[in-house]
Amino acid sequence: MAELKDGCVKPARGPIVPTTESPSAAGGAAPSAAGKEVPMLARVGHEAIDFEANAYIEGVGFKPVRLSDYKGKWIVLCFYPGDFTFV
Amino acid sequence: MAAVAALYDEFKALGVEVLSVSTDSRFVHKIWQEQELSKMVPGGVPFPMLSDPGGKIGSVYGVYDEAAGVDIRGRFIIDPDFVIRAMEVLTPEVGRNPEELLRQIKAFQHVRATGEVTPSGWQPGQTTLKPGPDLVGKVWTVWKPE
Repeated sequence: MAELKDGCVKPARGPIVPTTESPSAAGGAAPSAAGKEVPMLARVGHEAIDFEANAYIEGVGFKPVRLSDYKGKWIVLCFYPGDFTFV
Repeated sequence: MAAVAALYDEFKALGVEVLSVSTDSRFVHKIWQEQELSKMVPGGVPFPMLSDPGGKIGSVYGVYDEAAGVDIRGRFIIDPDFVIRAMEVLTPEVGRNPEELLRQIKAFQHVRATGEVTPSGWQPGQTTLKPGPDLVGKVWTVWKPE
């Protein structure tokens, strides 16, 4: 029963921030702590922040995707405001 | 998203993996694909559509709007060393230009392969610059804005 394996609530890991790169500039906030405001860490010329997210993939179905799975390739990461929006 | 999907063959030809991210669930992504995207682009969006509930991923990438509860329009080019090479962030009402995204990828790939640098608006085949002491003050001899 594949359907049952993918229930409604299936948390993915979200951002995976290396502990050695914990930002000291942002008041020492722990980026992965639940509920804490997360500082922007992405900067050009610096390593991308890894993360894991649940995904829908055409022809595959539902699958967790980790950004670092694509390490070694060129990646375009596109954020957008929402499905069924107008632009 | 549909505009990027429509040019997907070009991204593939450049060896680029595309990932889209919004705060919608993977279930909504599936229905959006079935109900709308597949009618805009043959076959729909061919790349993984990622879910960022709560905007935690968007936050570390600087694109999460806490008031609206969504990830705004931001796109990042990441090279094979996992280094972010470019970012572009827009408020939601203006869409992206995928042609410019392709142009930037081609330029970054050229730079990576040759060590040359590309002037403003560079397209493949056009003049590149070879930085060094001899070029200082002499860029005008090899390149001018059109």
